[in-house]
Amino acid sequence: ISRAPGYGMAGIRVDGNDVFAVHAAVAEARKLALETSAPVMIEAMTYRQGHHSTSDDSSRYRDVDEVQAAQDVTDPLIRMDKFLSHYGWMDNNAVTSIGDEERAAVLRAMEAAEARPTPTLESMFTDVYHEKPPHLIRQEKELRQHLVKHNIHHH
Amino acid sequence: MKTMSLQRSSRRLLPRAMQRHDIMTSCCKSLTSSSFHNNHHQQQQQYPLSTVVVGRSFHSSSFAAAYQEAAYNNDDDNELQTSSSYPPFFPYESSYNPTKPDPDYPSLGPTTKLNLFQSINTALQLALSTDPTTIVFGEDVAFGGVFRTSQNLRSEFGAHRVFNTPLSENGIAGMAIGYASMGGTAIGEIQFADYIFPAMDQIVNEMAKFRYRSGNQWSCGGVTLRAPCGAVGHGGLYHSQSPEAYLCHTPGLVVVMPRGPRCAKGLLLSSVRCKDPVIFLEPKILYRSAVEEVPDADYEIPLGKAEIMQHGTDVTIVGWGAQLRRLQLATDLASKEGISCELIDLRTLLPWDSDTIIRSVKKTGKLIVSHEAPITCGFGAEIAATLQQEC
Repeated sequence: ISRAPGYGMAGIRVDGNDVFAVHAAVAEARKLALETSAPVMIEAMTYRQGHHSTSDDSSRYRDVDEVQAAQDVTDPLIRMDKFLSHYGWMDNNAVTSIGDEERAAVLRAMEAAEARPTPTLESMFTDVYHEKPPHLIRQEKELRQHLVKHNIHHH
Repeated sequence: MKTMSLQRSSRRLLPRAMQRHDIMTSCCKSLTSSSFHNNHHQQQQQYPLSTVVVGRSFHSSSFAAAYQEAAYNNDDDNELQTSSSYPPFFPYESSYNPTKPDPDYPSLGPTTKLNLFQSINTALQLALSTDPTTIVFGEDVAFGGVFRTSQNLRSEFGAHRVFNTPLSENGIAGMAIGYASMGGTAIGEIQFADYIFPAMDQIVNEMAKFRYRSGNQWSCGGVTLRAPCGAVGHGGLYHSQSPEAYLCHTPGLVVVMPRGPRCAKGLLLSSVRCKDPVIFLEPKILYRSAVEEVPDADYEIPLGKAEIMQHGTDVTIVGWGAQLRRLQLATDLASKEGISCELIDLRTLLPWDSDTIIRSVKKTGKLIVSHEAPITCGFGAEIAATLQQEC
């Protein structure tokens, strides 16, 4: 956040795992940005629970207990859950049924996406420029000739 | 070299940091002002996306078929220079059509003797006056530019259209992309082509792929990035480079390099109005030393078309930019020995006019490519490989 003044920008640091705090900070930043036509930096602090990537095993450089603690205490969904339950606004049945609906919707979307055919050969050459220039036309023709010559089928 | 780089960095450090905040706020203000939004809406009305997308794919497939025939079946090697009408089977005007005629210079009217920076200045003036969304920006552009290419533009067109940016090439490129993606025409200047590398991610990953990754829903064709390139004698490592090979390896970009004031004006106006992002490289040694009669009118030179500077029968020589001066001297020497050289200026490096070169080499049987950039993986390698395959 100390970089913001270095660029002459207003800045705010906020607890990124607190839904209400983030909402308040972003609303204030948006108001300031619209009033002054200037950028505002929002630094939302959080904790990376998962591994850095699919090729990473974070247990090699950090304590598993640390990750667990962070998950239990700072996870925004858990915090929201506790908040709503505390005020008795949480209907567990509704939550379960919403969860099931959304899961089904995601699975349906995945199936639909996976069922789509692979892109056409032409899509490699179109929209690179606003019109296909001569060299791309030539390269596409060569590719098609190659496929015909070696009897490779591709739509 | 050491002294020069120290002077350069100290000259740039102090004033810039203090001006940064004001420049950033004024940039954002100019971009959100109401006049820009009005122009943007006008621009959108002229180019409705839905109809263009459908029409484009139809045209490109029929154009493809027609072009294939033209490219390989026509053996008349004089047709490109002397023909002033399109071949009958071209369904529409293509932007990168090597048979598109050059402007008829005598008919353009009065000319003025201009050097390269003056002719580029004139072209920028025309771009700013004909398209109200045009903005010109870069480092030191406001006072006239370190090579005087943007002199008098700020006083004529206003501080909201001609302005300085902070010392940030990726910012210059990024801002050009953003502005053009909203329908405006952005002419950004990179002060030396040697500094284009901080902007390479913006150029290669954003600018060049903007249209493709959105399936032609959005584009940033209004971008033109100008940069002085080439050796100047005292430039050293970082004021002399010719980075065209790095840029030509990027599909989606257009790369243009003029050889003199007259073609620079026409090529720059074509580049600014081109519907794809253009990198316009200007050989800096020619800024003052190249002087030609330049027509006062607004004219465009077709992109994707090479120019045969002189016809010959014994060998084809291809070059671009400042190198053509050397090649001209060489061909003059050769002609004294009775060797007739065909000298070709490529003008547009991407997409490059392979048809003209192929036709020429089929006639002469020999090709020489000469460029200022390093030999290994230089753009000459691309030309040599293509000619090897086709001839």
